[in-house]
Amino acid sequence: MNTVEIPQEKWTGAVRTVTLGSTDEGGTRTSTVTVGGETTLPFLHFEGQMPYRPVVAAEVTDEEPTDWSPELLSAWGELVRDPGAWAAKAVELGADLIAVKLRSCHPERSNCSANDAVATVKKVLSAVGVPLIVYGPGAAEKDNEVLVAVAEATKGERLALANCEDKNYRTIVAAALGNGHLVVGQSPIDVNLAKQLNILISDMGLPLDRVLMDPTTGALGYGIEYTYSVMERLRLAALMGDAMTQQPMICTVGEESWRQKESRASEGVPEEWGDFATRGVVWEASTALAVLEAGADIVVLRHPKSITLIKQGIDDLMKGAVN
Amino acid sequence: MALTGLEIYKQLPKTNCKECGFPTCLAFAMKLAQKGTELSKCPYVTDETRAALDAAAAPPIRLVGVGVGERRFEVGNETVLFRHEKTFYHQPGLVVRLRDDDPQLATLAKQVDGYAVERVGMSLRLDGIALENHSGNADTFAAAVRTVKDNSAVPLIIMSQDPAAVEAALAIVGEEKPLVHAATPSNWQAMAELAAGYGCPLTVLDTGDLTGLAELASQVREAGVEDLILDPGARELNEMLTAFTQLRRLALKKNFRPLGFPLIAFAGADTVEEEALRATQAIAKYAGIVVLDHMEPALLYPLITLRQNIYTDPQKPIQVEPRLYEVGTPDETSPLLITTNFSLTFFSVSGEVEGTGKPAWLLVADADGQSVLTSWAAGKFDALKIAKTVKESGVETKLAHHKLVIPGHVASLSGEVEEELPGWQVMVGPREAVDIPTYLKTVWSQS
Repeated sequence: MNTVEIPQEKWTGAVRTVTLGSTDEGGTRTSTVTVGGETTLPFLHFEGQMPYRPVVAAEVTDEEPTDWSPELLSAWGELVRDPGAWAAKAVELGADLIAVKLRSCHPERSNCSANDAVATVKKVLSAVGVPLIVYGPGAAEKDNEVLVAVAEATKGERLALANCEDKNYRTIVAAALGNGHLVVGQSPIDVNLAKQLNILISDMGLPLDRVLMDPTTGALGYGIEYTYSVMERLRLAALMGDAMTQQPMICTVGEESWRQKESRASEGVPEEWGDFATRGVVWEASTALAVLEAGADIVVLRHPKSITLIKQGIDDLMKGAVN
Repeated sequence: MALTGLEIYKQLPKTNCKECGFPTCLAFAMKLAQKGTELSKCPYVTDETRAALDAAAAPPIRLVGVGVGERRFEVGNETVLFRHEKTFYHQPGLVVRLRDDDPQLATLAKQVDGYAVERVGMSLRLDGIALENHSGNADTFAAAVRTVKDNSAVPLIIMSQDPAAVEAALAIVGEEKPLVHAATPSNWQAMAELAAGYGCPLTVLDTGDLTGLAELASQVREAGVEDLILDPGARELNEMLTAFTQLRRLALKKNFRPLGFPLIAFAGADTVEEEALRATQAIAKYAGIVVLDHMEPALLYPLITLRQNIYTDPQKPIQVEPRLYEVGTPDETSPLLITTNFSLTFFSVSGEVEGTGKPAWLLVADADGQSVLTSWAAGKFDALKIAKTVKESGVETKLAHHKLVIPGHVASLSGEVEEELPGWQVMVGPREAVDIPTYLKTVWSQS
């Protein structure tokens, strides 16, 4: 029999490269992280390039997240009360980035001020050398207030400001533009909405090598199939040359998978669900691996075990990469 | 690969004799392409043409069944590389590997057989047991096959590369059409003979390249086995993704017959967590059968869930009928909650309400089968829709109160809903279903 010829696609487009963090011009990071640049579908090294490996961001919060799953709280222990030490531990475990969630600023929580937020971000910046993604508290007006203050106080750090949505993108993009930062554009599980937001952001003059795209993550069992397919469609469009779909993708896997009943309830659930601690980590890790296979460049995780596990998984998936 | 009407037309007599019931050969060909009629209606078609058209009509990935009876499962017949292009049709069989010399074999076999978990109103189960001839002894293997047969009803995979051990196993369960694993370059004649003799499906295993695998698969087919499963020997994440993607593309894009069969993935790893990663990839990326090494519910439940998610038809989200549901036996004082008709949303909410042990009215709005947030964003679950659903349900006559609990995700609608429903008090419930019991115990009870 003749040699089997492996079918290869001839992609014409590529994902843009985006660099987080800066070691000069105001940046105090000891290292930077670059993502994107793919010229083929995820991990198909026989067909194209994947010059930058997907990375793991560890999520830390600025106040003790008392409503988190007991499994997460026991895994991190005392660290959840000290974002700096927490971030440092996560980096030690292998996290490539730290995602700081400024939840204390939420009006329905402690309603901390923008100054408090700036202090937290500076604390984490001094505790670790890796780049940061900074998430607002998730309340429209407060997000703007807090993220603008953080952006101004950390000029030149190339932080990723999150989230930048259709309702607040003007404020967030302006803050990124004026202070040398990046934005995370988040849109609700839809190819056209993701494209539209990239266009709006780009129209304001922010270079697209400073834009990450969050397609909105559905966890395993809670809409992962929608996220998975929208990501596959976005990545296929990017490789086919659609310029407004070529942003690297970021997925908030930890937040979504750890708020489900499967990872939060240890009692009063069917025996067939199995051991609580294992189930939660598997829920997060399985969600993470699925979105990585669909094109995620950054996964934001919560459990220390998931961080090391997914790092190993990415190592394995990057085997055979020719860069 | 399906032929177009014109391609079929070229092979027809082109006499327009009308004996097939169609006015012209072209019309007949067009109908054939849509699978609206059968080639046998044409009395003049040559054998050569029939063979060519039959071959073209065969699916690019053969449908292969394992087992008999109620628990038989079928895999293959897939038509796309990405689920959004159409859908994935035959979900992969989830199989647990057990060893013939495991002292716990009978217990484990029972566990695999009996494992069932409910999700969105469906009972989800495991599909089979892969019994491995770990002892290397044919008698031990045969005894183990009997043990498994006595303690389970799921289809089997007979795992041994020793034809004598497979023969001993098939003498016991051959009639139940287990999958034989595996034919290799060194044993394929004997394996093919056994599989053909019992009419069982057979795995073809070649750890070399796909050329070797294709050659071996062709040899086995020529020896009389049509139902094949392919194992390219890849076990780690990247080599498995590479091999499985290449095999799926060869079958679908090149219509490459020698490799047009379902794939088997061995996801086993030292730890449950690593195994979860391998199995996740296998489910998403083209496995027809996924073999696990850990009979561990904390692994099985997430994987069964993922399989259900990935194999849901993207054009048809699982929905429930929009109407008023009774949880328990609610009366005029019971709480009224509203949500959308996405089945996952419905079952999450109804499950939590049931869990409280207190009756309640659950009103389900028609939101095109979308979740609360998605349908709200799409304008399908707004104040007007909520008000209309309440009015049309007739629930008002069943209640002594006028309080409606709306999902926390649409808290911003509460004012508008009160405007649309004069006399009603709108209460904002929790965002997540899991917080409903606490909400009903505290906020609702005090209202």
